[in-house]
Amino acid sequence: MSAPIDLPRWADTVLVPAVSVVAAFLVAGLVVLGIGENPLTATRLLLQGSLGTGEGLGFTLFYMTDFMFVGLAVAVAYHAGLFNIGGEGQATLAGLGIALTVNNLTFLPGFLLAPLGILGAAAFGAAWAAVPGYLQAKRGSHIVITTIMFNWLASVLIVYLLVNVLRQPQSMNPETPEFPAQSHIPFMHDVLALVGIQIPPSQLNLSIVLAFAACFAVWLLIYRSRLGYAIRVVGSNPTAAIYAGISPARVIVIAMVISGALAGGLAVNELMGYQHRLLLEFTAGYGFVGIAVALMGRAHPAGIVLASLLFGILYQGGAELAFEQPAITRDMVIVIGGIIILFAGALDGLFRRLVARVLARPALARA
Amino acid sequence: MDPASLVTILDSALRLSIPLLAACLAGLWSERAGVVDIGLEGKMLVAAFAAAAAAHASNSAWIGLLGGIGAAIAFALVHGFASISQRGNQIVSGVAINMLAAGLTAIVGNAWYGQGGRTPPLEGPQRFGEVFLGHSALVYLALLAVPVTWFVLARTRFGLRLRAVGENPAAVDTAGISVSGLRYAAVIIGGVLCGLAGTYLAVAQSAGFLPNMTAGKGFIALAALIFAKWRAWPALGACFLFGLLDAISIRLQGIVLPVIGEVPVQAIQALPYLMTVILLAGVIGRATPPRAAGIPYVKER
Repeated sequence: MSAPIDLPRWADTVLVPAVSVVAAFLVAGLVVLGIGENPLTATRLLLQGSLGTGEGLGFTLFYMTDFMFVGLAVAVAYHAGLFNIGGEGQATLAGLGIALTVNNLTFLPGFLLAPLGILGAAAFGAAWAAVPGYLQAKRGSHIVITTIMFNWLASVLIVYLLVNVLRQPQSMNPETPEFPAQSHIPFMHDVLALVGIQIPPSQLNLSIVLAFAACFAVWLLIYRSRLGYAIRVVGSNPTAAIYAGISPARVIVIAMVISGALAGGLAVNELMGYQHRLLLEFTAGYGFVGIAVALMGRAHPAGIVLASLLFGILYQGGAELAFEQPAITRDMVIVIGGIIILFAGALDGLFRRLVARVLARPALARA
Repeated sequence: MDPASLVTILDSALRLSIPLLAACLAGLWSERAGVVDIGLEGKMLVAAFAAAAAAHASNSAWIGLLGGIGAAIAFALVHGFASISQRGNQIVSGVAINMLAAGLTAIVGNAWYGQGGRTPPLEGPQRFGEVFLGHSALVYLALLAVPVTWFVLARTRFGLRLRAVGENPAAVDTAGISVSGLRYAAVIIGGVLCGLAGTYLAVAQSAGFLPNMTAGKGFIALAALIFAKWRAWPALGACFLFGLLDAISIRLQGIVLPVIGEVPVQAIQALPYLMTVILLAGVIGRATPPRAAGIPYVKER
């Protein structure tokens, strides 16, 4: 940026993202108008479908869990100055890690097997991110290109394994046998029923607790730990990091490992919490939405929680909306995600300048 | 393998490499001018949709081509505005372009035609027919783009300035030439070529648009661009190689070879990505992008 735009902190962290999100929704509203539907009706249906019923809310929180994990994954790498667009591939491999762990250790009791499955997800996701991280740190290969290539490699690999190796013998579908029952992460409605609270059944499961724990852990890591400080130094000025005795190469690999492990959370929520088997394309493009979540949330865990909730509402509400108004398919959410990435990410400067100008006006009037 | 099936494989390799080639050259123009473009996939996809819709509405494949090129240029200008005028992050903008394209084509396609995002099937004059050796005019246009790209970039004043903008924009600026002007020109040329690639997919190779029909071709084109080290003739070679791999993998489906046994199709599909990773890691040779690629140009104050 030519002239650094000075903004008060509240404007930088709250106002600028809010303005870009509002602008994104206005553009999305234009798209809805363009295909001949009423944006206000669409918004009402969307909110009703995602927050209006207990069941809808459960689904919203389920999707929110996915987005918290991938958003955190993108954010941690982002703090180290890395753009990890390999969330899709890392989550895919994490799914493989889960399947290999839980389906091979079926004799273990649940309190061991479920945590091992989560660790398997984290380890496989981390490994798939570590290779591009290493190649960036040691060989200078651009992380964006390598993570893109690793996404495609992951999708090709998983097709091969599910079709030829891991498929249930008598099944035609390319998916693994069901995970052993004790490894399933319990559904929220079942857990709450144990303590006498009845909520409508949905896909929402205990993974959301893990997601909030991950948010807190990432906050501790980035803003309250030595390593987090090193990550942020490398991200803002690698040369200064070397002077400070920090090895950028080491920090880059570590940040990618953490990022990949967090992306694995998507597989935990989707597979251990809901599908209970490994199947094709369970990542469903959420890895890319994670980029929107991280950019919108300013790579801060609190921002990521809010952004994830917004995208959870969009995903669940979008599904209900598509049911009521078939012209507006769920792809609308992808469009909104794209516009948010464009506005909050690439056109950030435009909105910052806009906000700066509006804030400067009263000051000028006084002077 | 008999000669006839060899010719068939080479022929289908050519067909499959054309969209890669046009998209790869689009990336070449853009990145040689210093604008990184990971939105090739998205621009191809909107072009494919717009081309099929325009060809269907106008009953003319050539109007379809214009529609495809127009849509791709519109998206290219969004990318240009974000990365050149607003000096935003070019990678982020590319990701946004890809998502917008995937979402918009599906929504608009569904709203217009109500066939799950497909356009109605194209027939007769709505498609590019075979003009020479069983290939359509677009194949020859894409092939022609290779020498033209090489000549313009290597031998003309415009091309030299454009490459200089990708290496050392400050020097070009000092000489009194507009950095943004050259970069916009490159991005628009990239849009034209992406338009050609997308149109070929929907109006020549297939008979209509299918949701997400690019299926990663934009990223293979990106891989080919790195493989070709950002040069036009090697781009032709790389795209043909990746097209050939694709043709072979289709051909080998379910065939058991002696000694090796059945070759998993996925192993061949993975090769372009794997080769690119290995090349980027500098194990065999080195792929160095244009020096100023990805860096917004900021005038000294």
